[in-house]
Amino acid sequence: MAEIEKPVLEVHNLRVEFPGRRAVATVLSDISLSIRPGEILGVVGESGAGKSMTGLAIQGLLEQPGRIAEGEIWLAGRRIDNLDDRSMEKIRGREIGAIFQDPLTSLNPLFTVGAQLTETIRQHLTLKKGEARARAISLLNDVGIPSPEERFDQYPHQFSGGMRQRVVIALALAASPRLIIADEPTTALDVSIQAQITSLLRRLCKEKQTAVMLVTHDMGVIAETADRIAVMYAGRLVEIGPVDQVLSAPTHPYTRGLMASIPALGARVQRLNQIDGSMPRLDAIPAGCAFNPRCNEAGPRCTRERPVLLAAGAAASACWLNAGGTA
Amino acid sequence: MTVMSIQKMPALSVDRLVKTFDVSAPWLNRLIERKPRQVLQAVNDITFHVPMGGCLSLVGESGCGKSTVARLVTGLYKPDTGDIRFAPGQDGKPLSAQMIFQDPYASLNPRWRVKNIIAEPLRELKLRNSKAEITERVEELLKTVGLSASDGEKFPHEFSGGQRQRISIARALAGEPRFLVCDEPTSALDVSVQAQVLNLMRRLQDEFGLTYLFISHDLSVVRHMSDRIAVMYLGRIVEEGDTEDLFAKPRHPYTQLLLETIPNVKHPHRDRVVAGGEVPSPLKPPSGCPFHPRCPIATARCSEEIPPVRTLASGTRVACHFVTEQ
Repeated sequence: MAEIEKPVLEVHNLRVEFPGRRAVATVLSDISLSIRPGEILGVVGESGAGKSMTGLAIQGLLEQPGRIAEGEIWLAGRRIDNLDDRSMEKIRGREIGAIFQDPLTSLNPLFTVGAQLTETIRQHLTLKKGEARARAISLLNDVGIPSPEERFDQYPHQFSGGMRQRVVIALALAASPRLIIADEPTTALDVSIQAQITSLLRRLCKEKQTAVMLVTHDMGVIAETADRIAVMYAGRLVEIGPVDQVLSAPTHPYTRGLMASIPALGARVQRLNQIDGSMPRLDAIPAGCAFNPRCNEAGPRCTRERPVLLAAGAAASACWLNAGGTA
Repeated sequence: MTVMSIQKMPALSVDRLVKTFDVSAPWLNRLIERKPRQVLQAVNDITFHVPMGGCLSLVGESGCGKSTVARLVTGLYKPDTGDIRFAPGQDGKPLSAQMIFQDPYASLNPRWRVKNIIAEPLRELKLRNSKAEITERVEELLKTVGLSASDGEKFPHEFSGGQRQRISIARALAGEPRFLVCDEPTSALDVSVQAQVLNLMRRLQDEFGLTYLFISHDLSVVRHMSDRIAVMYLGRIVEEGDTEDLFAKPRHPYTQLLLETIPNVKHPHRDRVVAGGEVPSPLKPPSGCPFHPRCPIATARCSEEIPPVRTLASGTRVACHFVTEQ
């Protein structure tokens, strides 16, 4: 049992840089996280915080001239950040499945859903045509598509948005990967369909013991789906821990601000709590804590020294306030 | 007319509004492939009133016709039948309306300086004449929405999403409207920025006595902003009522489904049973009550008869065969 508890994905001190003409932009800095089998890690943050970039770096899909400048990525006991493109291609799809935001652009409109599924299956697994078809149909069944035999021969345009996203999930599951990276999988869907997809993702993750990294800006989706949560700000991890603890008692001022700015369904307030200002540009991150110009509780130490992740209960947060006393 | 009766008069009355779109294939295709004409019922017999100085929200899933209503109200589409009436303002003319769009990236001209974007309605509507007056008004508008006067010299790409939405709001305010139609104004924004924009919109409502028609799919935002809510499904309003009443006691099964599926950040219910089904295509709406294929309490009657809209004692209007006073 001890082996099962070993994390599927481990990221240690990851730093990703984009060298520009004038300066090098550090888009990810000192990211460390891990995901165990059957666990969903939700990664939240505002646009530009680096959450999608983290997913891309893990899949080896950083666009030129982006590069991993520092740190290590381990997948199931194997280091994958220094592999060449050919070996990485074998890992993508086989070991790491991907689900993207827009289900229409991630499917090829010219091929039937069945053809796309069997192609993916046979790419990664040595199966005969008939076996691949049977597997494809059972996958469609797994993701809750009614009458999968008929749907197998249909084209993506014959599916609704929610059904298409189910097909994309089936594609990601095709080769039974150890890790699924889902980047905003429900953002393009309506609320009632969104609830169907998140509960499907959660059920499949638990049944198949797949590790899932769920990237989203929607705190509600994270609250209902994830086991643990990682909050990102300006390319850095500010808080990580069990979802219940982080959402009910956030220790980082940024997480607190985010939680307070969500309109509550309970009591109605005249004015929402807002975090003034906006996230700094990645080439102009302030010294010390990246959040200090917008933080109400910032002290002199926050502008000098960058905070490290410090334990706060079962979670960890990068704030000097947790180091005891004031900042 | 006394001041009191003006206050009580709805700022906007929409009566039995219908809008259809012809989405048929080109005539040659129809001829060769023997396809019939196809008509999409985008808005089907909709009636609502927006109270003066208040905020009515239209909610619903994509394709339910809420944006079409926004475009009908602002005159971007012509209705097939039905009435749209704005109350007369202080000058006796109908209230002027402006619109804020969803995507702050697509709704601002990237080649124009911000000051020109905001000055366009001033020049177009001849609200200010001299150059100095226009400059002064633009600076005032920029400050009203929380930007600085020097931001007028910049181009839209120099701003973040939230700041761009502030520019859109400033442009809408430039026409000195009393009525603002906001089509998903915050759905392209992050939560912390969304809070800034929502707070700004509430402040402007108090300061200028604006009336809002707010369109959104996000029920928690809608609850924060509005006095009344109208829930739309496949081109029809299925329930309309006071915000608190609707949230406390949703009557229509579709409203209940919508409220149940809102992700709750503070008290997540992860193991809930999710209702299945999807929104049917508006090209082939189901017979009878449009919601009956997904409805847990539907009977044979629902697939035959369109439920009439009933007004309850609380002022809530519901279109369901099974909703009674209790």
